[in-house]
Amino acid sequence: MILPAQYLALAGLLFATGVVGVLARRNAIVVFMSIELMLNAVNLTLVTFARMHGHLDGQVIAFFVMIVAAAEAVVGLALIVSIFRRKRTVSIDDVREMHG
Amino acid sequence: MTSSGVFEAAWLIPGLPLLGAVLLLFLGRRMTKAAGGIATVMMAGSFTIGLWTFFKLVSMPAAERLHTGTLYTFIKAGNFEVALDYRIDPLSVIMILVVTGVGSLIHLYSIGYMRGDDRESRFFAYLNLFAFSMLVLVMANNMLIMYVGWELVGLCSYLLIGFWTERPGAGLASKKAFITNRVGDVGLALGIMLIFVHFGTLDFSQVLSESGALGAGAATAIALLLFAGAAGKSAQIPLFVWLPDAMEGPTPVSALIHAATMVTAGVYMVGRMHPIFAESAVAMNVVAWVGLATALLAALIALTQDDIKRVLAYSTVSQLGFMFMALGVGAYTAAIFHLVTHAFFKALMFLGAGSVMHGLDDETDITKMGGLRTVMPWTAGTFVIGWLAIVGFPGLSGFFSKDQILAGIYGSGNTALWIAALVATFLTGFYMSRLVFLTFFGRSRLAEGVHPHESPAVMVWPLALLAIAAAGAGWLGATVHHGGFHRFVAPAVCGVHDEAHATEQTAVPICTIDAEGEVHPVEQETMPSELVLGTVATAAGVAGLGLAGFMYLGGFPWERRRQSPTLAWKASRNKFFVDEIYQFLFTGLGKAVAATAAFVIDRRVIDGTVSRIAHGVGALAVLGRKLQTGLVRSYAVGVLGGVVVLGILLVARAR
Repeated sequence: MILPAQYLALAGLLFATGVVGVLARRNAIVVFMSIELMLNAVNLTLVTFARMHGHLDGQVIAFFVMIVAAAEAVVGLALIVSIFRRKRTVSIDDVREMHG
Repeated sequence: MTSSGVFEAAWLIPGLPLLGAVLLLFLGRRMTKAAGGIATVMMAGSFTIGLWTFFKLVSMPAAERLHTGTLYTFIKAGNFEVALDYRIDPLSVIMILVVTGVGSLIHLYSIGYMRGDDRESRFFAYLNLFAFSMLVLVMANNMLIMYVGWELVGLCSYLLIGFWTERPGAGLASKKAFITNRVGDVGLALGIMLIFVHFGTLDFSQVLSESGALGAGAATAIALLLFAGAAGKSAQIPLFVWLPDAMEGPTPVSALIHAATMVTAGVYMVGRMHPIFAESAVAMNVVAWVGLATALLAALIALTQDDIKRVLAYSTVSQLGFMFMALGVGAYTAAIFHLVTHAFFKALMFLGAGSVMHGLDDETDITKMGGLRTVMPWTAGTFVIGWLAIVGFPGLSGFFSKDQILAGIYGSGNTALWIAALVATFLTGFYMSRLVFLTFFGRSRLAEGVHPHESPAVMVWPLALLAIAAAGAGWLGATVHHGGFHRFVAPAVCGVHDEAHATEQTAVPICTIDAEGEVHPVEQETMPSELVLGTVATAAGVAGLGLAGFMYLGGFPWERRRQSPTLAWKASRNKFFVDEIYQFLFTGLGKAVAATAAFVIDRRVIDGTVSRIAHGVGALAVLGRKLQTGLVRSYAVGVLGGVVVLGILLVARAR
């Protein structure tokens, strides 16, 4: 029997991986994937707690997150593509026209 | 009080000149030739109705000589009502006769004087408008309508002083006159408001009959505020500076507005409001002493002026000072009498001066004249009558009126004032004689190429008529308490005094009136006879005349003495630097205050505060914009840091 703590530990590990990916990597695609990783880590915790408490609320929210993530992926990828077309790069550190 | 025919037609008295003014203002261009004629006919018509009214009034019993009428209600708000109403009583009728009578003659004279001026019709339009305004002023039966007339004459004065717009001096003089008058008018306006506060009405009949209920303090405040207005209009210290400069206007204007009529409005107003003044001994003293100071100062300045019109202007200021002295000691009828005689002889002399200028190509410097009596016999002859009248030569009008003022001052028991007034009389005798001797007598000092000639008949006739008036008017009021003039005017100016009300604060009345309308002089205990006082006063004037005769006809080397002027001469010549002092005190200090406000307070303090706040915000923004690096990962660190901190706080609180 796998304990809830083990699910949560895995989720924490996945989330931390995502954070490091967002902070450390410059490639926009990788950063994007890292964000997806963090979202799914959160989904995992939601489903875990739902099972723990015998409610469906967490599962429903997980579905919402997945749908929003799909929409976000569409917009985010479109942005990355258009940035690449304009600047021939996907490095997020090269896109800083809005600095003060 | 039965209203009868001619009183109902009284609105025509100001109405005709107004009609003339409107006609000439709108249609004047089409009838330049006829303008003078139209204006003069209007004035003469107005004078005729005035004369008719006068005789109607004379035919009535003394106690009933008052008619008021309402043309229409002007302002009505609750209990407050201002109607366009007029008042016909001995005082206003006298003023009407002076304004329209002298006015008609001056209009007639102007036809000759202004001939050839391309804005002749405009000139006569203004002149008629002035007559209308002045008549509104003197016929008004409430303070507000009087104030309307008061401001209108100020406007006409402004328009006519600056009539020759091509002269820079005329423009400046008109502005000076207007602005100086504004100062006094503020006082008048405040005085009227204060009257309304205390009486709840502005109607003369009510205000004058209820003035006994005023406290001494309120009476003093109202009287002094009204006197401020009078000092502006009638050129008294400290507001006299505009009148000499007003001589920039055409000479008939100087004669009509700045000698005979408008400048006497202040005297009329104080006379009209005398019950209020009589409530306050302080105010009466102020009036008397300001009058004296003005009479002396203006006479001293007149001693050394060379401009024929300026000498006459300072003489006017000085004579107005005499009238205020008389008002200040309660000799109201003497003041009004002098107002009338002065209107005649001063208008005469101004018109004479205009005639001289007309004949000498606008020369005004009397040191460049001399001996004109041979070439301008009519001008010289009439001028001499005016001169003898003002000096107080026995039998002429000024002799009676000035003696009565001096007798009134003596009778008030103020010996210092009387002696000072005698000095002013002496100075008057001197400077007027100097003017006449330098202009009409002695040898000719005319410049080369000037060919003096007598003026046309249309100018000489008014001179002759005014000369008759100036010579004879005195006999109308030959003695203070028994002359016809005084018996006629007195009910209007000494009606409300009663013994029971008299206190230490109130001034001593000069006469009282009983129920039948008979005037009773208040006899002074130790009053010498009018004959003795008259002799002393006449002697003072004639002594001045004699001294001037010695200096300017008797071989005194006055031209040589000018090369080394004394300090006193220079002070008088420069008008005691009053203009310069005012320039420094009011213009200079005013500009300094304005400059401080504009360049220090506004620019440094107010603008400074605003821009310092703006700079502070800017500096903060420079710091703030450094946070925005444009690096998405740095923002992510911020978000993460924030989440961690929040998480720690939540966990800590949960414990």
